[in-house]
Amino acid sequence: MMDLTSQYLPIAIFIGVALFIGGALMVAPFLVAVRNPDPEKVSAYECGFNAFDDARMKFDVRFYLVSILFIIFDLEIAFLFPWAAAFREIGVFGFWSMMVFLGVLTIGFIYEWKKGALEWD
Amino acid sequence: MLDTLQTFMNDYGWNLLVLIGFSLLLLVVLLVIIAFLLLMDRKVWAAVQMRRGPNVVGPFGLLQSFADLLKFVLKEPIIPSGSDKVVFLLAPLATATCALASWAVIPVNENSWGRWVISDMNVGILYLLAISSLGVYGIIMGGWASNSKYPFMGALRSAAQMVSYEVSIGFVIICVLLCVGSLNVTDVVNSQKTGIGTHIGLTNSLFDWNWFALFPMFVVFFISALAETNRPPFDLVEAESELVAGFMVEYSSTPYLLYMLGEYVSITAMCAMTTILFLGGWLPPLDIWPLNAVPGIFWFLIKVVFVFFMFAMVKAMVPRYRYDQLMRLGWKVFLPLSLVMVVITAAVLQFGGFLS
Amino acid sequence: MASALFFYLFSVLAVASGASVILTKNPVHAVLFLILAFFNAAGLFVLLNAEFLAMLLVIVYVGAVSVLFLFVVMMLDVDFAELKAGFIKNAKIGALIGGLVLVELLALVGYKGLAVSPVMSPSSPVPAADSGITNTRALGEILYTKYVYYFEGAGLILLVAMIGAIVLTLKHRKGVKRQSISAQVARGPATGLEVVKVPSGGSVIPPPAKHPEAAE
Repeated sequence: MMDLTSQYLPIAIFIGVALFIGGALMVAPFLVAVRNPDPEKVSAYECGFNAFDDARMKFDVRFYLVSILFIIFDLEIAFLFPWAAAFREIGVFGFWSMMVFLGVLTIGFIYEWKKGALEWD
Repeated sequence: MLDTLQTFMNDYGWNLLVLIGFSLLLLVVLLVIIAFLLLMDRKVWAAVQMRRGPNVVGPFGLLQSFADLLKFVLKEPIIPSGSDKVVFLLAPLATATCALASWAVIPVNENSWGRWVISDMNVGILYLLAISSLGVYGIIMGGWASNSKYPFMGALRSAAQMVSYEVSIGFVIICVLLCVGSLNVTDVVNSQKTGIGTHIGLTNSLFDWNWFALFPMFVVFFISALAETNRPPFDLVEAESELVAGFMVEYSSTPYLLYMLGEYVSITAMCAMTTILFLGGWLPPLDIWPLNAVPGIFWFLIKVVFVFFMFAMVKAMVPRYRYDQLMRLGWKVFLPLSLVMVVITAAVLQFGGFLS
Repeated sequence: MASALFFYLFSVLAVASGASVILTKNPVHAVLFLILAFFNAAGLFVLLNAEFLAMLLVIVYVGAVSVLFLFVVMMLDVDFAELKAGFIKNAKIGALIGGLVLVELLALVGYKGLAVSPVMSPSSPVPAADSGITNTRALGEILYTKYVYYFEGAGLILLVAMIGAIVLTLKHRKGVKRQSISAQVARGPATGLEVVKVPSGGSVIPPPAKHPEAAE
């Protein structure tokens, strides 16, 4: 227990101190700078026009596809981490079991490529 | 409850103060170094374009970044009326904090005093990957909360871009970890004391470092780091010719400063990661007298500044990518290349007799 | 002692942010609260010494899955008033299922007894801190050898997910001109340049067969 506390407590404190510095910077201008808002100043920037419509709109489904594919490859990487850490212990069997895993996913990757899911237009 | 607090203070009280002190020390030194790196970035950029760059504030413009800080603090903070105010202000804070947090596990030296790092954790590399994957939130939140079109599009682009290059960064890190066999950041550096250089007779030299053995991965990592931190030539997030300034359009004063700060802190963190994974951290380039007498932290700093210099030169020289080219490079070039390199590295280690 | 303190901190925050996910009106805020809940769950994993799982939770769920969630709720025009109406209509069934789960949980706690201390002592899955084997390596040593079938099964599931995502979401727009990098790079003087002999007094009209795009 002590071992992990000695590893993670410093991180919590470090993030706390970083947050404090960031927060202090964030608050500073609200205390010292002039504040004189008017409707033009606080309206959304659109090259001098008034905004035509709401900025939150539908967009290309391709962005979803990219992020779904990312989740899958991220999981693949997640499986690779313990493999790399234990590479010296698991021997030839461990090596080939990962090669089969990567082979299966490479099939998916080739399918993706051939289907044109990686094209961006 | 008071009892609990009492024992807590007895157990951790002094420790806590020491930790806060070290954290503050690291953060202040880091921020001062970044102030000068920012100036260096501008000076390099100016020199490439045959300009002088900032040269008014202080000798050679050395105090320019501090003047900028003062100016940002004294500017009027503007919060757009249509924005989601809480998220709008939370976003830059999240960016800056996430960027700074990655420095908690980056070791800068190791000597008889111990390891110079805030937290020498077992899974340091995973922590770094996790923190760099959080960088995207500050941008999406800021882009959405502004409720304005340019920030929104910048945020969309950035999310897809950062996510794409994280895959290849992950594979590159796996390649290095295969050679190391541990997820501890200090172990990664120490494993680079022996390597190819030792085999060819140059013990403890720069040929022992991973950049020599894994050169293609070094290049892939450097370019992916550019994309991950939204640096030119991959700065489509804030492409001024298309999106004005991308997700930062509506920001002013210190919220803007925090975005800038977060960007540069994560760039230096990426430089430090390059140094640690490929350039041997604080190890001297040759194990001969005047070089190995220099304290390790200087080598670390020199290497980080060198990688940063390369970042600055790329910014000055390379034109911006188009979005489809960017996605093609990430998914169709780097991803297969790094995947194949993982297999090759593992096979060479497994069957080449390097594991004994 | 510090662990108990952190345990209560993380679990209270996790429950509070979990409740906020369903109580808040703005869907984007709901996802942000969900992210906070993930962080607290990661903190709880750390307290159990399962540091690899903690980091993985942050990398996969916060770094990847929540980005997709944010994409969906930020940028799809979902009519949330309509969803809210559905919420009230189905409240009875929801309450029934929730009640059942609650009864099950209570039964489990009753069966195990309330001897479960707030900070459970880590048992077999985690190697002792002084054994020199880290959590990640211990996982690696069994995952790819002892549990190899489950591991390959996970690979197959990921393959199905990949193919499914493409089948469901991929649509090609018509009439898009794409850049062909290989054709661009392969273009040399032989294919890109044409030397035409101009007869004196004549004009240069390239033969149409060689330049189809010029003829359009």
